Amino acid sequence: MSELSLNSLLAVPLAPLVGSIAAGLFGKTIGRRGAHLLTILGVLISFIISAMTLKAVAVDGASFNGTVYEWMTLGTLKMEVGFLVDGLTAMMMCVVTFVSLMVHIYTIGYMEEDDGYQRFFSYISLFTFSMLMLVMSNNLLQLFFGWEAVGLVSYLLIGFWYKKPTAVFANMKAFLVNRVGDFGFILGIGLLLAYTGTLNYTELFAKGNELSLLTLPKTDWALITVICICLFIGAMGKSAQFPLHVWLPDSMEGPTPISALIHAATMVTAGIFMVSRMSPLFELSDAALNFIVIIGSITALFMGFLGIIQNDIKRVVAYSTLSQLGYMTVALGVSAYSVGMFHVMTHAFFKALLFLGAGSVIIGMHHDQDIRNMGGLWKRMPITWITFLLANLALIGTPFFSGYFSKDSIIMAVEASNLPAAGFAEFAVLAGVFVTAFYSFRVYFLVFHGKENFHHKPFPGEHDHHDDDHGHGHAHEPHESPWVVTAPLVLLAIPSVVIGFLTVGPLLFGDFLKSAIFVDAAKHPAMAELAHHFHGATAMALHGFQAAPFWLALAGVITAYVFYMVAPQIPATLAKVLRPLIVIGENKYYLDWFNEKVLAAGARLLGRIFWKVGDVAIIDGLIVNGSAKVVGLIGSLTRLFQTGYLYHYALVMILGVLAFMTWFVFLQH
Amino acid sequence: MTSITLGHYLSLGAILFTMSIIGIFMNRKNLIVLLMAIELMLLAVNLNFVAFSHYLGDMAGQVFVFFILTVAAAESAIGLAILVLVFRNRLAINVSDLDTLKG
Repeated sequence: MSELSLNSLLAVPLAPLVGSIAAGLFGKTIGRRGAHLLTILGVLISFIISAMTLKAVAVDGASFNGTVYEWMTLGTLKMEVGFLVDGLTAMMMCVVTFVSLMVHIYTIGYMEEDDGYQRFFSYISLFTFSMLMLVMSNNLLQLFFGWEAVGLVSYLLIGFWYKKPTAVFANMKAFLVNRVGDFGFILGIGLLLAYTGTLNYTELFAKGNELSLLTLPKTDWALITVICICLFIGAMGKSAQFPLHVWLPDSMEGPTPISALIHAATMVTAGIFMVSRMSPLFELSDAALNFIVIIGSITALFMGFLGIIQNDIKRVVAYSTLSQLGYMTVALGVSAYSVGMFHVMTHAFFKALLFLGAGSVIIGMHHDQDIRNMGGLWKRMPITWITFLLANLALIGTPFFSGYFSKDSIIMAVEASNLPAAGFAEFAVLAGVFVTAFYSFRVYFLVFHGKENFHHKPFPGEHDHHDDDHGHGHAHEPHESPWVVTAPLVLLAIPSVVIGFLTVGPLLFGDFLKSAIFVDAAKHPAMAELAHHFHGATAMALHGFQAAPFWLALAGVITAYVFYMVAPQIPATLAKVLRPLIVIGENKYYLDWFNEKVLAAGARLLGRIFWKVGDVAIIDGLIVNGSAKVVGLIGSLTRLFQTGYLYHYALVMILGVLAFMTWFVFLQH
Repeated sequence: MTSITLGHYLSLGAILFTMSIIGIFMNRKNLIVLLMAIELMLLAVNLNFVAFSHYLGDMAGQVFVFFILTVAAAESAIGLAILVLVFRNRLAINVSDLDTLKG
């Protein structure tokens, strides 16, 4: 076991930070070119070092666990900045920096005409820094710092076009919903701190068994279950799990590159990463694992349904992200943490590709996002078309593509799991395969094949905001995007296709994640069973052709083909017949309505009560103004004694003397 | 025929003192009357001093009276000087008008 160099590790998060500060504070001086060159250089440096770190960890078995800087000591509690680099971290570092690098390059093309060019580069570099701090941390406090920092950057980027009211609403919503999750998260961290007195991972995990014997005071709830559920609520907020998922579809108001980077590939997987990191604790609580499985299954299936009825290309991909996050969560719940992380990685590549492909389509369509206005784009945007198809094939789990290995492993892990909730989960993930294939190829056929609808634009559609009217000078003909946009597509398409095949063995069944992830094989045998059936990537892929998920996915694709290519009247008729279901779907299961009318209105009512009664009446009226009034009243009474006439003072003086004399002569003895 | 006893002196002193007190707070018109009432009060006290001094055969009481008379003279000099200034400023020495002490 060799040690990694601290200095090179420090450079990984700091290089993007330097780029971000340069582009953010000196954007005017260095100009647009300077801003993108500097930030890309920063991310490139951290990607290269991450890749070298990954190689050192994977091949040479290197690792690092240590404190970099201790910034506060409170009694026995140490607050420190530290790095823990093992397989899990190295993998996340590479995914984050690679996708971030691709998105940086892509942004040159996508944001070309935007006034906030330097600001955008500054934000995405700052995001890269925060995300790296999150994944590299060796303690919960730094994880929380990164967690909040990525939340902040997400807020800034969703509201990047701050003149657009929907964007401002969406970023506020994202921020508030994440606060709900973070409340649970900080409670979990606080409980851990209260019972173990440390925030360092290694020290925490050493005390895991001690914790599992305790119960929460005055209740009979197992402490470890409460802690794990609290931590998972944090993950539900960040990783957009039902019912805290409502912010993610709205976050599509932001520019497409950040939808790819933050809301598909990296930030939303922070919750999955955190649960995997905390696997030694989660393994101790079956109740928490069941809870995770149920939440994940609901998200995986029901968010997929919503993807079917969306017409905004980005929103379909957003719901697909939600559904895939549900899959990852289910994997965590059945103790297949490494499978969950595997899906995080493959998903990061193909979902970033899907988003960037969607962005490329949006550029080509002159910032029209309505898929009903598209069609037949395959001739006009060949590179986007091919890469989008590859990403879709990976997403639906076609054998040999990366998504197949991760998704099929999740399904097998659920089948092998012995948790009570696994039965429901199995149904959800299998049904989800069909749904995923259906909505993915619905978008694919509507956008790239069929009639060319962009000449007459039958629908007003959603428009991505843009400051100038690019494209209105020339004809509204879709065209292929510039190379800065297509190059990242191609570079992302390669791992989307091959990474699963290459890494399924070492990642899931090798030693790569052994040191980072702990599975109690006796209690949760799912992973062991998977390993038992695993005979190499090729065998697994070939076996896939005979298994149910493949046929379900194929059925989904064929259904989409029939519905949108052969007989477009079928979905129209179905929409009429299933009108009530569609209405429920269009209203997103009325969760937004519930949040807006019950939770938000309740909070506002509570606020009004506190304001009107608590603040205005009691504090201002009674305490502040009331005490002033009492003083005034006393003053106005005493003012009556101050007449200003000499003879009154003289009289009082004499009366005083008399009183003293009376006391002196008669009462003293 | 009864001789004049200590009681007579003390009664006279008490009457003088009471008159001066009444003079202080029944007086609404003239600031000079106020000063005179204060002088009268001091004289009532002096009378008591002299009476007791004679009755007890202790000269210290009568010496005290000289000090009081001196101080009273100085006090009325200052009081009259202030009175003149008040009149110059306010063109009145009416006690009811002088209420600026209340601020």
